[in-house]
Amino acid sequence: MKKLQSNLKYLGLFITIFLFSILFAVGSVMYDGFFSLQVLLNLLIDNAFLIITSIGMTFVLITGGIDLSVGAVVALTCMLSAHLLEKVHMSPFLVIPLMLIMGSLFGFVMGYLIQSFKMQPFIVTLAGMFMARGLCYVISIDTITISDPLYQAISQFRIPLPFDSFISIGVVIALVTLLAALYLANYTKFGRTVYAIGGSEQSALLMGLPVARTKILVYTLSGFCSGLTGIVFSFYMLSGYGLHCIGLEMDAIAAAVIGGTPLTGGIGFMTGTLFGVLIQGVIQTLIMFQGTLSSWWTRIAVAFLLCVFIILQRVILSKKESRKVLTNTAAKAS
Amino acid sequence: MKKLKSFVGSREFWPILSLLLVLLFNFIFTKNFFVLEIKDGHLYGSLIDILNRAAPLMLISIGMTMVIAIKGIDISVGSVMAISGAVAATLIGGSLEMVNGANASGTAMPLPLVILIALGVSAILGMWNGILVSRIEIQPVVATLILLTAGRGIAQLLTQGQIITIYYTPYQYIGAGYLLGLPFSVYIVAAVFALTMYLTRKTALGLFIESIGINQVASRFSGIKVKSISFWIYAFCGVCAGLAGLIYSSNVKCADGNNAGLFIEMDAILAVALGGNSLDGGRFSLIGSLIGALFLQSITTTIYAIGVPPEITYVVKAVVVIVICLIQSEEFRKAALGKFARNRRELSEKAAVKS
Repeated sequence: MKKLQSNLKYLGLFITIFLFSILFAVGSVMYDGFFSLQVLLNLLIDNAFLIITSIGMTFVLITGGIDLSVGAVVALTCMLSAHLLEKVHMSPFLVIPLMLIMGSLFGFVMGYLIQSFKMQPFIVTLAGMFMARGLCYVISIDTITISDPLYQAISQFRIPLPFDSFISIGVVIALVTLLAALYLANYTKFGRTVYAIGGSEQSALLMGLPVARTKILVYTLSGFCSGLTGIVFSFYMLSGYGLHCIGLEMDAIAAAVIGGTPLTGGIGFMTGTLFGVLIQGVIQTLIMFQGTLSSWWTRIAVAFLLCVFIILQRVILSKKESRKVLTNTAAKAS
Repeated sequence: MKKLKSFVGSREFWPILSLLLVLLFNFIFTKNFFVLEIKDGHLYGSLIDILNRAAPLMLISIGMTMVIAIKGIDISVGSVMAISGAVAATLIGGSLEMVNGANASGTAMPLPLVILIALGVSAILGMWNGILVSRIEIQPVVATLILLTAGRGIAQLLTQGQIITIYYTPYQYIGAGYLLGLPFSVYIVAAVFALTMYLTRKTALGLFIESIGINQVASRFSGIKVKSISFWIYAFCGVCAGLAGLIYSSNVKCADGNNAGLFIEMDAILAVALGGNSLDGGRFSLIGSLIGALFLQSITTTIYAIGVPPEITYVVKAVVVIVICLIQSEEFRKAALGKFARNRRELSEKAAVKS
């Protein structure tokens, strides 16, 4: 019985990994040159930035909150670093830590407002999104191209792997972030508290857990991830532009949900989020290989998947509830 | 005096005051802001411009107010707007035809039918949201997120990824025409507003809606059809968004799948919050939301008028949202007003006991 229950919890995750393998297999059968290590690695290279944001988002979602500002903060980071590098001629070694601090600070302020004044996370992060996009335009309306030698070098750099394949530095950063997130979520007090808050904030409070501190920290962490994403994204795009990453927050939420993190909080898997991102990447690659379908089919397909997974989670949840009722009545009867 | 006091205490007081402040600011700093001119029998001026430009936002705010009143949210309105515009443009189709130097482009389908189909599609999209929220019981933010993501894709699919220009002149009347000196879109807003006001204030529906927003379970037990009311409210919000899409596409004379209604869901939520409505559902004020929408448009117009770069609007909006949420937050009021507020509350309680 217990085994079945834990299986149910992981069901979403299993389906996601299974679906990813199926999609990849379908691609490999249908198209020549799809089944190669490099195509798989390209998924990581093209989505490295999305992985990092989605990890931050997953933490927020586990607490039962939401962060809509991530896309805008990424754009702001790109814009500000481009401005500082090109117009102020600041050293990149100063710009990068500065951007990480800015992202974290942005998240901290939002977390503070949410926690201290009991404001809805949805509204506060919405305001954060407006703020960050507005600041982007205040810096510049046009695209700023980054010509800094270090950024150029990192952007060009390829880490060779066996079988003639390679990955970019962004992928390494994303994977390190993933490992750190796995450690943070599963082996630290902070991670346990995050899950506890999502399960029931009231209970977490009564257990004496540092709810307020953890909630603010979670938004700070999401802000930090957005800052890091901004840096990786500026390596990838080599420019700053106010319209960068519109809708990234939705992609990140979709990745987390498809990866088995329900929006009700309390449950969440970092590995699932990785696969949530990869599934979106695989759909994109499939549509690219197919050639005739237009790119907006990607959005429709992702939305369809999102819908299926949300309904699936809803069904699982209601099953769990009905079982709880059943066991309760059984206990009472005995 | 008593009347004034009850007005100050009402939820429309703060939005009206802030709107008046913006107008006062313009009265002092912007030249010719209040000048109304009559050209070709139409009224012209900044005030009319604000009314006309705010029309789509006002319509969506009406729908959003109802959705928020039942403790829901609809973030797909922008996408629905884009789809409805795209449907209308695709059905009208055709290219630019000139007869004797005048625009005489035709339409592939009669205009009333086009409007009906576009609104029908919007209603179906709203119903889709309604089914997800009321039957499958998914959280509203998430349920409407699906359509937000897919909607832009669908709109792009309809327009083949291009911006379709609408040459058919009668269609342009919806968003850019004038009736009795006022923009036609203002009449559409007034009609929808009057209908909604009638339904919610003169029938029991308004009471049901507030009841659902305050306590869904209790409403169900007291015999209110929670599920079907929620369902129809999402459908209504879809129709409002569709109507806004028609006005917008007719005003700019084209259907743009990417940019039509971009971020309007944020503006609409903001308008509802500005109008003194709690985002937790329950009691609502439609007038407040309309004033909120007008306030937002006035700020935008003001920023254009005084020559500040328009991009700063986002920052201003962000600050406004935070300030309003802070005022609505009990924790903040306690922290800011401290003892003063407690004293006042005690006084008013005493007064209440006495009377």
